[in-house]
Amino acid sequence: MNRFTAPLWVFLSLIVLLGVGLTLNPRELPSPLLGKPAPSFALPRLLAPQQNFSTAQMQGQVWLLNVWASWCAACVDEHALLLRLARAERAVPIVGLNYKDDPAQASAWLQTLGNPYAYIAVDRRGEVSLDYGVYGVPETYLIDQAGRVRVKQVGPLTAEIVEHSLRPWIQKLREEA
Amino acid sequence: MIAELGQFALSVALVMALLQAALPLYGAHKNIPAWMAAAKPLAYSQLFLLTAAFASLTYCFVTHDFSVAYVATHSNRSLPLLYRISGVWGGHEGSLLLWSLILALWGGAVARFTRRMPAPMTARALAVMAMIGGGFLAFILFTSNPFTRLLPAPLVGRDLNPLLQDIGLAVHPPMLYIGYVGFSVVFAFTIAALLGGRLDAAWARWSRPWCNLAWVFLTLGITLGSWWAYYELGWGGWWFWDPVENASFMPWLAGTALLHSLAATEKRGVFKAWSALLAVLTFSLSLLGAFLVRSGVLTSVHAFATDPARGLFVLIFLAVICGASLALYAWRAPRRVSPVRFALLSREMALLLNNILLGALCFSVLLGTLYPLLLEAVSGVKISVGAPYFNFMFAVIGAPLAVCIGIGAWLRWKKHQLAHLPRSLSVAALLSLAAGLALPLLSGKYSFSVALGLTLGIWIMLTTLAMLWARTARGARLRDFAATPPAVYGMALAHIGVGVLIIGVAVSNAYSVEKDVRIAAGETFSLAGYDFQFNGTVKAPGANYESIRGEFLVRKNQQLVATLYPEKRTYLVMKTPMTEAAIDPGFTRDLYVALGEPLDDSAWAVRLYYKPLLRWIWLGALLMALGGLIAAADHRYRPLPRRERETEMPLRH
Amino acid sequence: MRAQRRQRLILLILSAAALSGSVALGLSALRQNINLFFSPTQVRIGEAPSGRAFRIGGMVVPNSVRRNATDLRVVFALTDTASTVSVSYTGILPDLFREGQGIVALGAMQGEQFVAQQVLAKHDQTYMPPEVSQALKAAQQNRERSRSRSAQ
Repeated sequence: MNRFTAPLWVFLSLIVLLGVGLTLNPRELPSPLLGKPAPSFALPRLLAPQQNFSTAQMQGQVWLLNVWASWCAACVDEHALLLRLARAERAVPIVGLNYKDDPAQASAWLQTLGNPYAYIAVDRRGEVSLDYGVYGVPETYLIDQAGRVRVKQVGPLTAEIVEHSLRPWIQKLREEA
Repeated sequence: MIAELGQFALSVALVMALLQAALPLYGAHKNIPAWMAAAKPLAYSQLFLLTAAFASLTYCFVTHDFSVAYVATHSNRSLPLLYRISGVWGGHEGSLLLWSLILALWGGAVARFTRRMPAPMTARALAVMAMIGGGFLAFILFTSNPFTRLLPAPLVGRDLNPLLQDIGLAVHPPMLYIGYVGFSVVFAFTIAALLGGRLDAAWARWSRPWCNLAWVFLTLGITLGSWWAYYELGWGGWWFWDPVENASFMPWLAGTALLHSLAATEKRGVFKAWSALLAVLTFSLSLLGAFLVRSGVLTSVHAFATDPARGLFVLIFLAVICGASLALYAWRAPRRVSPVRFALLSREMALLLNNILLGALCFSVLLGTLYPLLLEAVSGVKISVGAPYFNFMFAVIGAPLAVCIGIGAWLRWKKHQLAHLPRSLSVAALLSLAAGLALPLLSGKYSFSVALGLTLGIWIMLTTLAMLWARTARGARLRDFAATPPAVYGMALAHIGVGVLIIGVAVSNAYSVEKDVRIAAGETFSLAGYDFQFNGTVKAPGANYESIRGEFLVRKNQQLVATLYPEKRTYLVMKTPMTEAAIDPGFTRDLYVALGEPLDDSAWAVRLYYKPLLRWIWLGALLMALGGLIAAADHRYRPLPRRERETEMPLRH
Repeated sequence: MRAQRRQRLILLILSAAALSGSVALGLSALRQNINLFFSPTQVRIGEAPSGRAFRIGGMVVPNSVRRNATDLRVVFALTDTASTVSVSYTGILPDLFREGQGIVALGAMQGEQFVAQQVLAKHDQTYMPPEVSQALKAAQQNRERSRSRSAQ
């Protein structure tokens, strides 16, 4: 090592450090719920407040539970993707869990951006979300026919997560059934 | 349709970039003139294609084409035209496209303005620039395509981040990128010179104006960013030592060092290897900045929406470009110590000292920025480095640097006799010391940091002015001032700018009065001799936001000084609240009012600031940029006229 | 020749001194100015220092934000879903401070309360500061572990 190669070595160690740094950013979190039954609940529906949505309705189906709120900026990030998911062929129903939100604002939000949800349950005080261990919004759960949580995604969904995690799982669950 | 056109232009540009990276390089290696000559038309074609791609994206923004995903996520039906245009670079994908366009612009400029450079040098330099451009185009096309369609198209779009809906931030990224990318020219010249084995004074002579110009834009970009953060973030600070800010500051420090060492290399043929290394480092730090901003490895309050996959791409790109150039440097850098000698007291030594100190500053910023990452990688402990660290380092390393500025410009090349240093220097030292120590007494609250800042600032200004004066002879002042080359005036202006900046920083840091208060309509609060009377709030709708606007009457000694209207906006689509501070700017002080939050019927939490000499910080930075511009325009840097070239060329081959 | 060698030696010594000086200075300044990060759980079990500034991160517990009527003091609860720490702050909260969202605060413990000098919420749409999401993750893993232990 002389004074001309020294910059190269220093730089290479910097690159290794940055590479390690890149792996340190955790987004997919293990959940104690994985493989366990999803907490059941019954809550009023956002667009039809007289009716309740209950998890029992989804028995025997593979479905997505998406926790969102109109005040959550990151929810807008994944919204286009949810719309695409909902309109895809052989789509799984998406249930929205509207977390600590003003119903009027939530409805207005859906009107501007589009509604991907089959049902929307209103969790005004966040009690159901607490059962699910929601860190923040948005969060998405994949729940199987027997009502077990299979995938938990913290933070906005991305096309990559849909392709590499959700789709394979949905396919597998449907084939098993 | 237009979006597809843009996409097509991008793809062709990538092909052109690959050709431009390969053909001229091989041509220069094998000495095939036709292949070398291909570099210039290819560079122009890149410029044309990227302009077309950029124009397409702008068209999609202006016409609300929300079937383009990037437009849908960064614009909105009610977004004003100005922000629809600046929205083009308001997100990751579009800002990368702007990066590429600016690189193509610099490439075009190199092709146009280097007619007098030897053909192999131009060919190699343009090939290196095309490698960088190709990498960024591949990055855009494979990971961050701004032209991806979103079907079905949403109706209104989800709006541009409200923080970016502002004139300061519309102009800040282009300036900053012109600066960042401009250093790629010097980088390309250096690689070309290393490849050709001709790292000589001519290389330094060609590099200097480009380096100056890039530095001017980087200075302006950073200044604009600081100004924007001051009035838009609602905190009233002008620099936060945030990783993203540091990412732009490190290339600036390295670039400033490069600016000075290139002067020594051109004039005296010294520090060749060092200048080459600095050129590589400056551009590498620009790329490192791009990595830090876009990968999410560091926590920052204003990073781009981050994505590890993108981070990986930039990291690999950084590793390839900088790794290869540092390897090339290790292999080809001139080993022979230049025969040129200089004494301990000489212009060369002053420039060397300048480089060592600027290098130490740059290193401490790098250390402070990356230390959290290092510690987490090694031990898993999460920390952050506070602003006091950076402030301390800058005071300790910056003070000797400021002293050097005053003396350095006086020194002669090669050797300066101590006895020849004029008496005026010691007079300047005494004067600035006296003024610096005495002036803080006027404020009623003595501060040693202000005394230090004033002493250094006044020292730099006095010595620089005295240096200009000393260039003229008694009886022929006007003639001699006119005969002084613009580059000297540029340097003087930039150095005076440093002095102004130091004084602004010291005084505003020490004597600012900042208060968060509870204030009800009709009440008055006194701060630093100013009475702020709050007249309550009214609703004021905007184009794409709702706003609550407060009214403050500011009086001093019963005289009305200013009426300020701070706002609290809520942007309708994103539901984001935004604080719009109201500022009464002045040469001697800024008054700053920002609405916090409503407390009850009529009372608000309000932020009131009095900031003396704050404008001096940006004034100093602007003077520096202006000085750089004047120096870059000096015709002495221009390539030799044609006649001389013809006699010179045979010697070079 | 000798003059040249001496000159190189001086240069070498100068740059070595500057480099080692700035490294030593930098490291000592760093040591005094770094802020460690702790989660509410770590604070509760006494891992966080008392009387020294550190950063704490977590989610603002919904409906816990209380504002004083007379001055600008705000008190709210910060949680990593396992433990909760009460935080007090005097001043104006950032625009993006919201219940149910992640924040980071800088300050020190005074008795049972964390007194913050600075409260940071991210100034863009990104989801959550990485430290906060990691603290939340750790808390949940611990809970899982203790749950399986109690089941045995």
